[in-house]
Amino acid sequence: MTAASPPAPFLDPAKSMACIHCGLCLASCPTYLETGNENDSPRGRIYLMRALQDGRLAPGDSTARHLDLCLGCRACEAVCPSGVQYGELLEHTREHLEQNYSRPLAQQFLRRIAIEKVFPFPERLELALLPAWIVKGLRLEWLLPKFAREALALLPAGPDPAPLPEFCPAPAPARERVGFVSGCVMSVLFGGTNAASARLLNDAGCDVVTPGDQGCCGALFAHGGQLDAARACARRNIAAFERHQLSTIVINAAGCGSTLKEYGALLRDDPDWAERARRFSARVRDLTEVLPRPTAGPTPPTAADARVTYHDACHLAHAQRITRQPRDLVRAVAGDRFVELPEADVCCGSAGSYNLTEPAMAGRLQRRKIENILKTGAKTVVTSNPGCLLQIRAGLLKAGARDVEAIHIADYLDRGPR
Amino acid sequence: MHPYGAARPILHKKWTAHSGAPRLLGLPGRDGLIELIGRIRRIGKTVPSTKPTLSRYLFACMTNDQPTPLSPAAIAALRELVGAENVIVGGDELLVYECDAYTIEKQLPHAVVLPKNTAEVAAVVRLCAKWGVPFIPRGAGTSLSGTVLAVTGGVMIALTRMNRVLEVDYRNRRALVEAGCVNAWITQAVKGRGLYYAPDPSSQSACTIGGNVATNSGGPHTLKYGVTTNHVLGFEFVLPDGEVCWLGTRPDGGEEVDGYDLRGVVIGSEGMFGIVTRVLVQLTRAPQSFKTMMGVFESVDAASQTVSDIIAAGIVPGAMEMMDQLITQAVEAAYHFGFPLDAGAVLIIELDGLAAGLERQADRVQEICRQNGAREVRLARTEAERLELWKCRKRAFGAIGRLSPNFLTQDGVVPRSQLPAIMRYIRACSERHGLRIPNVFHAGDGNIHPLILYDEREPDQVRRALLAGHEILEQCIALGGSASGEHGIGVEKIDFMARQFSPDDLAAMRTVRRVFDPAQRCNPHKMFPGSKRCADFAPRKQAAA
Repeated sequence: MTAASPPAPFLDPAKSMACIHCGLCLASCPTYLETGNENDSPRGRIYLMRALQDGRLAPGDSTARHLDLCLGCRACEAVCPSGVQYGELLEHTREHLEQNYSRPLAQQFLRRIAIEKVFPFPERLELALLPAWIVKGLRLEWLLPKFAREALALLPAGPDPAPLPEFCPAPAPARERVGFVSGCVMSVLFGGTNAASARLLNDAGCDVVTPGDQGCCGALFAHGGQLDAARACARRNIAAFERHQLSTIVINAAGCGSTLKEYGALLRDDPDWAERARRFSARVRDLTEVLPRPTAGPTPPTAADARVTYHDACHLAHAQRITRQPRDLVRAVAGDRFVELPEADVCCGSAGSYNLTEPAMAGRLQRRKIENILKTGAKTVVTSNPGCLLQIRAGLLKAGARDVEAIHIADYLDRGPR
Repeated sequence: MHPYGAARPILHKKWTAHSGAPRLLGLPGRDGLIELIGRIRRIGKTVPSTKPTLSRYLFACMTNDQPTPLSPAAIAALRELVGAENVIVGGDELLVYECDAYTIEKQLPHAVVLPKNTAEVAAVVRLCAKWGVPFIPRGAGTSLSGTVLAVTGGVMIALTRMNRVLEVDYRNRRALVEAGCVNAWITQAVKGRGLYYAPDPSSQSACTIGGNVATNSGGPHTLKYGVTTNHVLGFEFVLPDGEVCWLGTRPDGGEEVDGYDLRGVVIGSEGMFGIVTRVLVQLTRAPQSFKTMMGVFESVDAASQTVSDIIAAGIVPGAMEMMDQLITQAVEAAYHFGFPLDAGAVLIIELDGLAAGLERQADRVQEICRQNGAREVRLARTEAERLELWKCRKRAFGAIGRLSPNFLTQDGVVPRSQLPAIMRYIRACSERHGLRIPNVFHAGDGNIHPLILYDEREPDQVRRALLAGHEILEQCIALGGSASGEHGIGVEKIDFMARQFSPDDLAAMRTVRRVFDPAQRCNPHKMFPGSKRCADFAPRKQAAA
């Protein structure tokens, strides 16, 4: 249980001591809601992190287990009265674990190769998914082991790569010139959504610039404790966008958005990049922050129209604290047909690559989310992150709710009146 | 003498009216009380009582203060009962259960069990009874007085998986919830029906109803609406021998229950009588209208005088809360509400009720504020602004993290008229010990919450913080108040019990406890002077964890 001597500092003492152990975060934590185990709560995990730092605990299976089980949804941050920066503490602790604790080989492969060497690279992702789509197309899923079947269930029917041109001009003289981050998963699986986002931005009077030399935002690396890899991604993107004159940098994936907004903190200790990163992050906005509310008014209700609800993507609601703007946008189209989703801001279990590394807990949270969606009677669930979309779609399919659609907010707004 | 041995023969004595009645509490007499509670307890039982047997007596004798760690067979039995994933035994995983929100004393339990229903709770409790092992009920662990500290180890029974709102009975305006249900979830479940659950401790977004019952929790709105006992109709209860009974109104029963109010006896017993598993709560009609004001004063004295004057004018606000300058600054840094940073004190006054007449009352309150030199009285214009103001108040404790790595919250009560005196004393105390002490408290009730800031990495600061806390509470008692308003005694305030109560009073309380828990295994070593303290109760060198 006890380590021989405390390890080299990996937690910022002021930041880890900011937690006063009040416990107000508990009820916001999805994994704690499911297991009821304090080790799976934010307060408990911070306690474990501090114990690792103080040498009261050595990195071991059970501690790694509880820290791995964290979704990184940061719901705790949004409710923490002390302003504890949980996400940052978690990333640094994960980095410490990666260096001082070795996982079983299968987990190593999944994390280091299958996820971190594929997802952040659109070309590789497309290639890697090819056999999956073949299996899916031939309906041969039943040949696969359970975990692979579940992973496969998350995939949409086929790729949707519609690469955006570097420059999409606004129809009328542009009000401003914005950069667009096309994302990795977004650009392979949701090309149409990216196109819709560009159209919405164009209609709002923005020229959209999508630099071709941008890359992964680094979120997967940062969340997994590979901070140096994340920093490399950040530098590449900062350089790519610096070459253009842009007022704002827009992103339509919540997970990437929160990482882009944190480049400043990520590169804080790099003298050459700290200031550039800070300037970059200051210009990043989620799509829902920049879009004006549609002025056409809500679509008139028809018999076919059904209720619409909104699921908060964790990295939008908790990490970026954006909850009002997307609701306002959806409400502007849906009017009275908009209903609030119970537990709207409780994670759906997708959490980046979490549904691949922790399928059991991801499945429990998926069920919880789907039950809440079905309770509202809504036929459309709007959200703002590709991971949530895949997770919710797969869950709806599993629950047999074929008449309920999960859709990205850009697509929802794009098909509505302007 | 062993407690079990002492209590047993008395249970069968006839009640006599004059058998050494404890003076202060005005109770009917020690023996009679035991007899009566014992009788009524038997009525409430759903499972027939098992008579004391030799084997139970022997098991009870084996109950010593320092139980040995659970044997592998015992752990296997617990796993069998609730499932392996719901039994926590390894040191690495028990660590987070070594304290609640009172972090000065720490001790590992031997095991933590997470049952899913009442039957599992009862079965675990029966096993503990069989082994003679102490057990500690635990909810969210937000206690500020170490109420769920495993002082001598034992089995911690955490009710966090029993967290559902089971049913809402709108026609009778009540809800049946599991003990691990979070306080705020009840209100959420009935939102939109014009109802809410009134007791609103500041930790309501995380604390559980079971814990609220155990500590008879209050909150800012206690002033007008009362505390937990005024809103809990009845509950399902697992006695320390594993028997399950229902105390008070049953979910399908009428509001009034004949006989002694054993429900009332258990509420506030700090989890020392047994484990609450399901609770029937009363729902309150949400007020039609609110007028929430923020008065800005130059000094705490002026704000305190205002509180007394409002009450004297015959106005009973829903809540009257005070924040002094230091805490106002921390809260402002955390939430950016727009509190003035240079004000000596901020008073939050909330009037609620029928819209008609509320305006006039609000005018009168504003007038009283101005008479006492209020620099500004700001009225919350919108519902959003009102909720924002309350969020700031309720989360004030947490904002302390911005001022200091650790804090010790005190929870004293003084007569309202003595508020200026105690606040002056706290100021002097702060200077004497060289520690900052911000204050945020329920001014309407005279329930103060000085927050003594310290850094646990510096042993001398810890010593001074504890000393300052002690002195403040002693002064509360000297001014005619008490050492705890709502946080409970737990392990933190054990020493004050002897100052507030005579030996006779304490003996009567112990006697009541033994009626429920003859072997004293349920949440032991709390509340009573002479209880064991944690072996390592000393300022720690290392920070936290």
